[in-house]
Amino acid sequence: MTPVTEARRPGPRAPRAPGPKRARGRAVDHGPWFLVLPALIPILVLSVGPLLHGILLAFTDAQSGRTEPTRWIGTLNFRDLLQDTLFWESFRIGLVWAVGVTVPQFLLALGLALLLDRDLRLRPLARALAIVPWAMPEVVVGIMWRIVYNPDAGLLNETLRDLGLGDGRDWLSGLATALPAVIVVGVWAGMPQTTVALLAGLQNTPRELHEAAAVDGAGAWRRFRTVTWPALRPVALAITALNLIWNFNSFALVYVLTNGGPGGRTRLPMLFAYEEAFRYGQFGYAAAMGCVMVAAISVALAVFLAGRLRAGDTA
Amino acid sequence: MRTSAAARAGQYAALLAYLVFLAFPFLWLVSTAFKPPAELAALHPTWIPRDPTLANFRQAFGEQPLLRAALNSLLAALAAAVVAVVVATPTAYVTARHRTALAKAAAGWVVVSQAFPFVLLIVPLFLVLKNLRLIDSLPGLVLVYVVWTLPFALWMLTGYVRAVPAELEEAAAVDGAGRLRILLSVTGPLLAPGIVATALFAFVTAWNEFFFALVLLKSPEKQTLPVILTHFIGAEGVADLGPLAAAAFLATLPSLVVFAIIQRRITGGMLAGAVKS
Repeated sequence: MTPVTEARRPGPRAPRAPGPKRARGRAVDHGPWFLVLPALIPILVLSVGPLLHGILLAFTDAQSGRTEPTRWIGTLNFRDLLQDTLFWESFRIGLVWAVGVTVPQFLLALGLALLLDRDLRLRPLARALAIVPWAMPEVVVGIMWRIVYNPDAGLLNETLRDLGLGDGRDWLSGLATALPAVIVVGVWAGMPQTTVALLAGLQNTPRELHEAAAVDGAGAWRRFRTVTWPALRPVALAITALNLIWNFNSFALVYVLTNGGPGGRTRLPMLFAYEEAFRYGQFGYAAAMGCVMVAAISVALAVFLAGRLRAGDTA
Repeated sequence: MRTSAAARAGQYAALLAYLVFLAFPFLWLVSTAFKPPAELAALHPTWIPRDPTLANFRQAFGEQPLLRAALNSLLAALAAAVVAVVVATPTAYVTARHRTALAKAAAGWVVVSQAFPFVLLIVPLFLVLKNLRLIDSLPGLVLVYVVWTLPFALWMLTGYVRAVPAELEEAAAVDGAGRLRILLSVTGPLLAPGIVATALFAFVTAWNEFFFALVLLKSPEKQTLPVILTHFIGAEGVADLGPLAAAAFLATLPSLVVFAIIQRRITGGMLAGAVKS
């Protein structure tokens, strides 16, 4: 029983600007309202709600398994957090990790995407392989690299021995090597998404422009800078911003690889907060840490987006 | 475009280096999974096991309840994938076809939700599920997975809906087809491959998930595969490499198979989403 008005196109009596996806009459929009609800309700109850609740928890002394009621304690958690040198050390490690993973990840993924965009013989194989780390469970990625890094039966030390570069070492337990070692794993694990996104961006670059520049004698670097990069920029910025966020919030990889050790050298903020909440039961304090992390991410995002907008003005 | 032979060779060398970097850890995992203990302890481990064996797999199944865990993972991932797609498809349709404020808010939330660390979410979620008596239960985990996979499912599906020309629907409407009829017999079939791809993607995401399962499930018989896998690593970080590799290899197979099926669609889906927004 569809109303006639709904089925008829606006057609001849509406000679407006072209665009088939223009919003239709008011009568139609009641349908959409209803259709959005099945997704909206779970999001509100299990995502928006808990997030707001989490922010409120940061101002309470909530603890796990306590019988007396939770009290408001104002900003006490945050004041404690300011003095908590262990947390700030963890925060610093988190920043080193996030930047240390995101930057090489982007550069390597860009190189791979540029290669995959070419007409090379191994391309189908490479495309399939490039996606493997994405498909694997993070826990398995961690286990796999533990086996690669294993001091005795590991591939890395064996290769070093074969190349005559010494006996190798216990990479994940060394105070100096643990963080670089987990960063390599982070780069490996996150490359596929970045590569796929950049490849999608590359396929939007104007081919003719590229060829015209080549005919004019522009070298590869110049062509990349003047033709490819301007077209790729929005995708590159978006995926880098997301990577920074994802990496800063990373948990499973390092949990499996080192569990934060040795001596807290790889204890990312998420690991720290997890222990605070579920080992020591300090829900309120852990929530405060979460708030600080969100604030840090928001500032980073704001700086990033500001840079993007400014670039948009000059373009 | 012409490329010099030297440049070509350089490109192939670079591509090869990438292939080695991407593939070798996985090949080493497979190799370790099939090695007998003596070879694992050998001073100079080889790439290809001299005496390939299934002993590691037998030992892995003996040490940890792998089958039970795999079943739990399968149930949770299947349920999450189906519910996520059922819930997301109507919203994605509305977001793609209409510019209502609600649809815009949903799309905005997809982006914003990426920025929040899980820790801010997990404590209140833990408390909410506790009140609902859904802690330490698979249905509770499924609920969390549905919400967790929704953003990406919405993103992918919106792209797929946009790829179905609205003109087709309008033409059917001119021919007198009702709204439901149009959705079922015009849009539905064209959207089906995208819906399947999205469901499979949600399945892999849930199958691979670790953090929520670690926090929300306590009883050993309810735990999912990734959580059980970490039990192979002892308290001092010492692990029996053979069984560990064998179990990890098995846990990866479903994800790899599904990804192989949807590989093209995923890249296509991201492309569709990226072009329009």
